[in-house]
Amino acid sequence: MKIVVDFDLCESNAICMQIAPDLFEVRDDDFLYVLNEEPGEDRREALEECVQRCPKQAISIAE
Amino acid sequence: MPEAGHLHRGVTRRHITIVGASLAGLRAAESLRRQDYDGPITLIGDEPHAPYDRPPLSKQFLAGDWDEDRLALTKPEKLADHDLTFRLGTRATAFDLASRRLTLDDGSDLEVDGLLIATGARCRTLPGTEDLDGVFVLRGLDDSLAIRRAFDAGPRRVVVVGAGFIGAEVAATARESGLEVTLVEALPQPLGRVLGDEMGAVCAAVHREHGVDLRVGVGVEAIEGDGRVERVRLSDGSVIDADVVVVGIGVIPNTEWLEGSGLEIDNGVVCDATCLAAPGVTAAGDVARWPNQRFGEVMRVEHWDNAVEQGGHAARRLLQADEDAEPFTPVPWFWSDQYDRKLQLAGRIRPDDDMQIVTGSVEERRFAALYGREGRLVGVLGFNRPRHVMQYKTLIEQGVSYDEALAADL
Ligand SMILES: Cc1cc2nc3c(=O)[nH]c(=O)nc-3n(C[C@H](O)[C@H](O)[C@H](O)COP(=O)(O)OP(=O)(O)OC[C@H]3O[C@@H](n4cnc5c(N)ncnc54)[C@H](O)[C@@H]3O)c2cc1C
Ligand code: SF4
Repeated sequence: MKIVVDFDLCESNAICMQIAPDLFEVRDDDFLYVLNEEPGEDRREALEECVQRCPKQAISIAE
Repeated sequence: MPEAGHLHRGVTRRHITIVGASLAGLRAAESLRRQDYDGPITLIGDEPHAPYDRPPLSKQFLAGDWDEDRLALTKPEKLADHDLTFRLGTRATAFDLASRRLTLDDGSDLEVDGLLIATGARCRTLPGTEDLDGVFVLRGLDDSLAIRRAFDAGPRRVVVVGAGFIGAEVAATARESGLEVTLVEALPQPLGRVLGDEMGAVCAAVHREHGVDLRVGVGVEAIEGDGRVERVRLSDGSVIDADVVVVGIGVIPNTEWLEGSGLEIDNGVVCDATCLAAPGVTAAGDVARWPNQRFGEVMRVEHWDNAVEQGGHAARRLLQADEDAEPFTPVPWFWSDQYDRKLQLAGRIRPDDDMQIVTGSVEERRFAALYGREGRLVGVLGFNRPRHVMQYKTLIEQGVSYDEALAADL
């Protein structure tokens, strides 16, 4: 499972960071950093929630 | 929850009908599929368009920067995977709880098993303006397109009535399109009812810095013109010449079709703490009112993220036995983009809450402010501080005290 973020869409509102702080971090420069691009299957549910809750539809999962 | 227990105690649904095929309705359907519900799902929506996203309608789409394809809530290829039946351009006109019959405006009738209500809300209008060209409200794609066209025609001046979030965003987008804008607000400050006067004043300053003619503390007496709008008369006697007027004075939940249904309607569909309105009937999004136990308050929330989260919760609720149902206790959160400012608010704040800036400053227009009530952290407002808003939102969820939050080093 691989996290793909479309950084052209991302507006750094950090909702993904709130759901999965182990995977996403918005830093003081206001950019989003993906902390772990290939998380284990145990994070799928959290990641799917990030995909749904991202207001910009910037996150997708590559199998 | 252990999977076997869930299967054992869950409710088996023959089919699920969702009325309102927009954000809450579609996300509910998708979450049913993620719950491994593989029965039929029918979405009934009165708009002709495939489900689209509303926030860009006052921002990128209104500015002309995005085209319609970018508004899709779920890309068509992905939508097809979910095996959903859409009945678009079809309005639900009545429901009867006792017989579980749903009536549609195409004359058909269907028996529903699980029903999820997600009919959202529509704009309040100014009485007497129905027949005047050039007066708009903004809720749907077609509204945004019509306003865009009116902007493109090069109006002398745009008057925006109501400086709530939608009005403020429309004013910002119009200014950024180079138009002359007057923003009229009856309260002493824009967003004052939500943010309090001090932070409302910051919003006022941002609009004025961007060249908006902001008039606060005045009401609209009349919108006048011969067939099309020519001027707006204000309660202080002043008259503004305008050929486009956008009215943003709040919304009304779409519940008329449920009158006499046997469901309780009171400024929304009344639900219990788990989003259940009646056995096998749930509601979500702008139309739903429920007691949020975290805040001890009955609320109806008109925010994007709530529609997504509550859509999921109300969908799961349809598959759960009563004893497994969990209360829906979110910390409400929304964002609003105006000019280059991203304003975000999490929590439930009142104008008389304690308030303190914890990072940045008002002068820089980049800060986070915390709100406390009775010693509890109840809200956080950010201007271009998304990370802080989310981190303090987590603290609100954890129920930390106001003092602890002020001392936290985030
Ligand atoms: C211009 C604009 C900008 C916004 N910007 C932001 C923002 O920046 N941040 C934020 O947090 N929120 C924003 N919002 C709010 C957010 O879009 C809403 O909270 C969200 O759309 C609510 O989703 P919903 O599905 O509950 O209702 P809706 O989106 O209103 O959808 C309800 C659907 O049901 C349909 N319907 C109604 N009655 C019937 C019936 N009888 N039969 C069949 N169908 C029916 C409606 O036509 C509609 O398609 C914005 C809203 C607007 C309009
Ligand atoms: S939720 Fe979406 S828009 Fe927000 S920071 Fe994460 S990826 Fe970016």
